[in-house]
Amino acid sequence: MKQIFTRPESLKDVATHFCPGCHHGSVHRLVAEILDDLGIRSQTIGVASVGCSVFLYGYFDVDVIEAPHGRAPAVATGAKRARPDRIIFTYQGDGDLAAIGMSEIIHAANRGEDITVIFVNNTTYGMTGGQMAPTTLPGQKTSTSPYGRDTAKDGSPFKMAELLATLDGVAFSARVALNNPKNVLNARKQIKTAFRYQVEKKGFSFVEALASCPTNWGMSALDANQRVTDEMIPCFPLAVYKNSANL
Amino acid sequence: MQAAALEKIFVKGNEAVAMAALEAGCRCYFGYPITPQSDIPEYLSRELPRRGGEFIQAESEIGAINMLLGASATGVRAMTSSSGPGISLKQEGISYMAGSELPGVIVDIMRAGPGLGGIDASQADYWQATRGGGHGGYRIIVLAPASVQEMYDLTMMAFDLSDIYRIPAMVLADSVIGQMKESVIPNPRPVTVLPPKEWVVRGREAGEAQNVVKSLYLGDGEMEKFHWKMAARYEELAEKECRWEEVQTADAELIVTAFGSVARIAKTAIAMAREAGMKVGLMRPITLFPFPKKAYAALSERCKLFLDIELSTGQMIDDVRLAIARDAEVAFYGRPPGAGSLPTPEELFEQIRKNYPTHA
Amino acid sequence: MRYDVFFAGYGGQGVLLAGNLLSYAAIHEGKNVSFFPAYGVEKRGGAAMCTIVFADGDTGSPVVGNPSVSVLLNQLSFDKYAAKVKQGGICIVNSSLVDTSAVALPGVEIIMVPMNQIALDMGDVRMVNMVACGAYIEKSGALLKESLEAALKKALPERNHKLIPANVQAMEAGALAARG
Repeated sequence: MKQIFTRPESLKDVATHFCPGCHHGSVHRLVAEILDDLGIRSQTIGVASVGCSVFLYGYFDVDVIEAPHGRAPAVATGAKRARPDRIIFTYQGDGDLAAIGMSEIIHAANRGEDITVIFVNNTTYGMTGGQMAPTTLPGQKTSTSPYGRDTAKDGSPFKMAELLATLDGVAFSARVALNNPKNVLNARKQIKTAFRYQVEKKGFSFVEALASCPTNWGMSALDANQRVTDEMIPCFPLAVYKNSANL
Repeated sequence: MQAAALEKIFVKGNEAVAMAALEAGCRCYFGYPITPQSDIPEYLSRELPRRGGEFIQAESEIGAINMLLGASATGVRAMTSSSGPGISLKQEGISYMAGSELPGVIVDIMRAGPGLGGIDASQADYWQATRGGGHGGYRIIVLAPASVQEMYDLTMMAFDLSDIYRIPAMVLADSVIGQMKESVIPNPRPVTVLPPKEWVVRGREAGEAQNVVKSLYLGDGEMEKFHWKMAARYEELAEKECRWEEVQTADAELIVTAFGSVARIAKTAIAMAREAGMKVGLMRPITLFPFPKKAYAALSERCKLFLDIELSTGQMIDDVRLAIARDAEVAFYGRPPGAGSLPTPEELFEQIRKNYPTHA
Repeated sequence: MRYDVFFAGYGGQGVLLAGNLLSYAAIHEGKNVSFFPAYGVEKRGGAAMCTIVFADGDTGSPVVGNPSVSVLLNQLSFDKYAAKVKQGGICIVNSSLVDTSAVALPGVEIIMVPMNQIALDMGDVRMVNMVACGAYIEKSGALLKESLEAALKKALPERNHKLIPANVQAMEAGALAARG
């Protein structure tokens, strides 16, 4: 019988801790497939962040450095400068990257560090229990915005893919989603392009993945997928915001 | 004489740190400007790229320490430097490095605090340095140079000790030692047998074991086991790596104890006291962690009076008290840091005279 | 022997260069040296001072409370530091800029050298620090003039080596003036 679906070599054969319907697993799989596709698994070092993404080393079959909360781009900078022959990627959530780690991501991007950043935006702090994130939508209720995010007091959601695309140091910036097969295929394509930028030493590459968090949103997996379409994508449009080398 | 004089170089303490780092094979430096240590990044921004190394002026002290973490995780020798306000920001990263058993050298050229304080010499970061500084319960190796030569030698030693014990190492000096110039013999890197860094992240071929540099321990008993392992390592450090200098302690009726710049000033005060017929010695710890407890205990078996002098209201005195025999006493003289508070040898001589035991 | 000297003036008078020069001269004679600078936050016009200690053996404290020799180049330095000179010590004063009449220094030998005037007469007021160095070696006897000449080569950048003869002359003039 012909095998048509298998686990990527870059992923370990273990069950994840992710909740049913969570898109982290999908993003993990896509990144692992790309590492396999490009044949770079043996050169790759992952940088884990703090939050649901912390167990990166438990799922990816690559060497991993665990960074303090928000600092993954700085840790990746140090690793890349010390080992420019390696492929270094960070994998960060929205609280990690766009709140406590805003300084590190902006400056690593602005220096044009030859790293790839995978940013998973699910509009909430997943691991700590659904608090308000810098990407929480206006009016969205969370455990720390029980009356809904008030943009007059809490500000509006950060649009990281657009923001980073304005920096000269950024070579590639895109936003993708994983809530339907078409979006998954596109996500795969953009993640692959992002890693190709690094393989070809063409500069900083960034992919923002809109992801669902059914548990903290209090929704079924299918409803959560629908919310990505109905509420998130209108606020965070899917697009390639920068592709400076047309890869 | 002339030949020996030619080999020496006349440099600032901060420059000696930078030169020693290069000689020790430091490949990466990450820092952020702050007085009184900016000579270090200035020197390395010029010299590291010429030698194929990497220099980054980071976006913040937090950025810098985490770059150090990342570089160190790949196995290269790397360094950062700062002063009080910046060292406080680095504590997060230092805690993660300690938790991840990562080597790395951190230079602290102490200035007055708390807060923005001032740029004058201080020893008030003794507690922060020797107690670990960040959260979670850990220690780092702390070396306290008292001359420009020691700035050079102890920086190299910090790289070696840090690699051997997989504990971050700090060179703890102040603006006196950082800014003063002295002749230095630029010693070659010592030949030290270093353990292979089998734990580094490196990218791996199929079948090779996965290496993870992390400080997260969630399994039952894992974290506790880590703490006991590190406690044993600190004990080993204390057994093998304590360093100190004694001056004229053999017949001393009073032993002055001080570290770094203050010990230098005290040396001249002690010479004045000896000239005046007082039997006074000096005990200068060079390793502040591990603290040379046994050496203090041995001294206190014979000499029952110590005079601890610090540029603070008294921090190292805690360790001195814990180390000496129960029937020995410690007097204290402190000048909290700030403009105009650097003591002179004449002033310390007066303190020695005042505290010198009358029975002697 | 252990020698110490304290130099003070305002930024721009070449106080730190003078200190460096004496340090290199002492190194040239095989001595151990500590050079401890201190200055205001301003690049120009603030206070500048340095303490140089040199010895055959250990230099000990880089900080000196009561210097055996102080070289004070402006009024502010004189008012602040003259009284600190050790009993039996020497206070060398830039009499072009300093009025000493208000201060009595019993037990201290005061040497008045019109350093600005001498430097101006030699064609460049910036050589005031060289005049001061000359006065210092003359009165202290701590270092040889030849060592200072050798030190000039070390302390001055290569492009300024053509100025060395003029600087040596300024030192000699300072020494002559200090001899009295």
